[in-house]
Amino acid sequence: MNLIEPAQLPPSLIIVPILGALVCFILPGPWSGRVGLLTSALTVVAAGLSTWAVLAEGSQRHELGGWAAPLGINLYLDGLAAVFIAMVAIIGLLVGIYARSFYATESDQHGTNALYWPLWLTLWAGMNGLFLSADLFNLYVVIEVVGLSAVALAILSGKPPALLAGLRYLLAAIVGSMAYLMGVALIYAEVGALDLTVVAEALDGGLVPRVAFGLMLAGLMVKTALSPLHFWLPAAHSAAQPPVSALLSALVVKGTFYLILRLWVDVFEGSITYAMGQFLGALGAIAVLWGSYQAIRQSRLKLVVAHSTVGQIGFMFLLFPLITVAYEGWGYAPWLAAAWTGGIYQALAHGFAKAAMFLAVGVYVLAVGNDEKDSMVDLVARLPMTTFALALAGVSLIGLPPSGGFVAKWMLLKAAFSSGQWWWAPVIVLGSFLTAGYVFMILRQAFAPAREKLQLRPVPRAMEVTALLLGVGSILIGLRAEEVLLLLDVDAPFEEPVEPEEGGAP
Amino acid sequence: MNLNDWIPLIIVATSLVPGVLIFFLHENQTGVRTALNLTGAVVKVLLVFAVYFGVQRGETYTFRYEIGVDLEFLLHIDLLSLLFATLSAILWLVTTLYAIGYLEGSPYRRRFFGFFSICVTASTGIALAGNAVTFFIFYEFLTLATYPLVVHRGTEEALQAGRTYLWYTIGGGTVLFVGVVWLFVLTGSVDFGDTEALQALAAENETQLVILFWVLVAGLGVKAALFPLHGWLPVAMVAPAPVSALLHAVAVVKAGAFGLVRLVQDIYGVELAEDLNLLTPLAVLAAFTILYGSLRALTQDDLKKRLAYSTVSQLSYIAMGVAIPGVTVATGALVHLVHQGLMKITLFFCAGNIAETLGLHKVSELNGIGRRLPLTMGAFTLAAFGMIGLPPLAGFISKWYLGIGGMEAGQSWIVVVLLASSALNAAYFLPVIHAAWFRSPDREWKIKRTARFLETPWTLLLPAVATAVTSLTVGVFAATEWSPLELARQVAESWYSRR
Amino acid sequence: MDIEPYQIYAVTAGLLFSLALGGVFLCRHFFKKIIAAKILGAAVFLLLVSVARRDYEAFADPVPHAMVITGIVVAVSAAAFALALARRIWRDTGRSNFDGDL
Repeated sequence: MNLIEPAQLPPSLIIVPILGALVCFILPGPWSGRVGLLTSALTVVAAGLSTWAVLAEGSQRHELGGWAAPLGINLYLDGLAAVFIAMVAIIGLLVGIYARSFYATESDQHGTNALYWPLWLTLWAGMNGLFLSADLFNLYVVIEVVGLSAVALAILSGKPPALLAGLRYLLAAIVGSMAYLMGVALIYAEVGALDLTVVAEALDGGLVPRVAFGLMLAGLMVKTALSPLHFWLPAAHSAAQPPVSALLSALVVKGTFYLILRLWVDVFEGSITYAMGQFLGALGAIAVLWGSYQAIRQSRLKLVVAHSTVGQIGFMFLLFPLITVAYEGWGYAPWLAAAWTGGIYQALAHGFAKAAMFLAVGVYVLAVGNDEKDSMVDLVARLPMTTFALALAGVSLIGLPPSGGFVAKWMLLKAAFSSGQWWWAPVIVLGSFLTAGYVFMILRQAFAPAREKLQLRPVPRAMEVTALLLGVGSILIGLRAEEVLLLLDVDAPFEEPVEPEEGGAP
Repeated sequence: MNLNDWIPLIIVATSLVPGVLIFFLHENQTGVRTALNLTGAVVKVLLVFAVYFGVQRGETYTFRYEIGVDLEFLLHIDLLSLLFATLSAILWLVTTLYAIGYLEGSPYRRRFFGFFSICVTASTGIALAGNAVTFFIFYEFLTLATYPLVVHRGTEEALQAGRTYLWYTIGGGTVLFVGVVWLFVLTGSVDFGDTEALQALAAENETQLVILFWVLVAGLGVKAALFPLHGWLPVAMVAPAPVSALLHAVAVVKAGAFGLVRLVQDIYGVELAEDLNLLTPLAVLAAFTILYGSLRALTQDDLKKRLAYSTVSQLSYIAMGVAIPGVTVATGALVHLVHQGLMKITLFFCAGNIAETLGLHKVSELNGIGRRLPLTMGAFTLAAFGMIGLPPLAGFISKWYLGIGGMEAGQSWIVVVLLASSALNAAYFLPVIHAAWFRSPDREWKIKRTARFLETPWTLLLPAVATAVTSLTVGVFAATEWSPLELARQVAESWYSRR
Repeated sequence: MDIEPYQIYAVTAGLLFSLALGGVFLCRHFFKKIIAAKILGAAVFLLLVSVARRDYEAFADPVPHAMVITGIVVAVSAAAFALALARRIWRDTGRSNFDGDL
């Protein structure tokens, strides 16, 4: 590790993909893909080194240009950030491999296929920036980078449904980030600082920080598509091309979820009340039930998967009521670790599973020619590998053991029971049940025999393999939770205090 | 960790590895597939026997693996797990042979044998699970791995059955999930057999423990086909015969019954369960299921459905037996776990033979088939007599111990239930036997399979005859040292000597 | 209680924000929606600028101005993107609103 100074790693996570994006944009089509994959590989290496550095040496703080806070902008890499960076890196690389094969099969009417790479790499840089930034305004900038490049990716196909959904997505993104920025302005008015740590220390409850946090939360909720603000998501995610859908659904919504989580535990812990936690949990519960129910009702496969995202995001928000009791003067509670890991595991497991699912559905659509549920017959026999990938992803989404989703739901349910907030238990159970409904709705169809001989288009092997790898990944993270938990433990907001009276938050 | 501690994992792997490898084979590599399957099955049987002697010598076999936080994956072999593991290992070997013959030439055999081995893995895992979390993991795994087998034929009826099957089992699974987490929150990670943790809580949390018990029963009851959660079993009979034989007569339903045994004995402990007044309602529910299943079986014309309702009824003998305190009655319940498996798998093999050789599925079509399929119907008759409880067959032994044990425990009403159920068993089995042997054939048979010297290919005939003979043998030699009865008695005694 | 000038601007910003938010959701035409989103940005920038002057006895705080400059750049590019998208939709489909496409 002497070769690279650990504190230099955070900026490389942003600079490498940005440079790659620029090069990809300039180079002609065929080269774009090669350089894109190379950049992806380099970013994965940087992410791997960062994760390793956090595990080995603890959190890393990088002062951009050598300026310390409050004047300068800091990048801060702790366990939580490392987990999300690693998730984006792994999923992003696999989706990139898939995308290369996918665009090779696709006709390129508008000459836009090669734009996938610069846009995705910009998005990736933005995501990494989002996970690393320790500055409220810098976060606004990266949110906008993420939002704009995500919309641009979503409309890559140039088809009218994608364009319409893209405009709606863009407007939602602008409203969301403006609400966030309004909150930032109020915070600055109150404390005159932007660095997360400085702000956290200066805040001491009161009305203005609450209003500010409410605005920021509302804005980020729009972008995370927490119901009832998910109106833009199903259309945008289902109309995009398969690799893009996978990125949007599996990764992009996690970015703003991460930010809400970060603000909740690290910045505004003094302003948060029990009722706020319950409110977010209630919205999450509505999302779980409504999103999953809508998924069952869809007749097009991509819409099923997109609505499923709405429901699964709801599960992630069940984290908030369960960690919020701590701020009622409890300091530390034994179930906090369970709730914390449960919510984050849900984000991870959903990332892998949803990416696998969209990629698998992409293979189906490519082979069959449309995404009507009723056309997807006999695919167990015709595309066994992809169907298996889909089944594995489904198992993780439902939360059946052994899978990442199982660990997530186990922890959440455990925290719900031990904290006495048992009313989240029926939500989790019913949500899993509804999830099983739409997952097996797809699989059942795949077992049905074809009435006439199906003519399937050939699908590149790489597409099937990457989908399967992601599906296997969603299971594997459930078999070995230890490392992820170790990583999450680095500067976790809830550490077991030496004395029970002491506050648990840093 | 020494070698012994890896053995539980290896036993589970003997079916998992062939199962996974089969998916990588080509559909037409029948030879390799068969070799893999049979090797796995034989190794599994040998290992289980080796472990049996090891446990008798006092060795322990425990495999622990931390998943993370406090989730622990634990495989532990005790006498009770051996009882179930031996049963599923031996019957897997037999059924594999049967399935090879049964499915000869049909499409998608790779998929079938792959998932079949994985199902066996899951039921072995259930047998060896050392705590509630591990049990739950394999319990859900079994649900998933069985689904492709139920819908294997891909017909509209099969898909419909698959849907019913899933709603029931996923529903049961989620309820069990809540129960297991709840239990976990109350006691932390506790191994099976350590009942003290819950006993310590009993004074303060009585209501909670009562509700928890019924939540767990509801979760397990789906697979154990307790009334009113039995609806999936008759519907699932649309699956191919080997699936009905091994999974829906033995592995899946026994997983539920086995879970109930674990729940009463190794999680709550009889004493606590009795104190909380949990046992009598469970026994009554089981008794009701026994009679209900038999009554429904009477009216079924489809042979496999009749057998399915018979399974619903017979399974609850186990639940009823564990819900009554006492060594003798517990022995009866445990030995029925094995005996019922042997007899019911024979019946399903025979039903499969009849369907596969003569194309007959309905009870009303079976007139005179004893002349065409003497060995098959001989096996069928033997197993059916066992079910009814004629001495010295296996079923008699279980019923005898259940009855005597019930009287010992001062609950003579169960003798009435046993007698009534035996009468009903006779009422739905004897007509089949009578028609097969004593009526003359009244229809043209569509002969689907032939063999040179035998009534049907040997792969189909041998398993049926072998299991029938075994169900006679375990009855006749019940008093010897190596009989299932003896093993069951040891398990039951270990429970009651623990207090 | 005296009302400081910066507070007037801040309240105006709040009102403008609410109006613009209503506009984004209630207007039907794409162009009006985009204009409303622009006004939303303007409201936020107004607040930031008024915040910079809150210690108006002393000096104007440069940090909010830096934020406004950055924010304007982002907002302009977002608006340009939205306009280009709306134009493309109109050209391809002849539509100028989301009606019947929820």
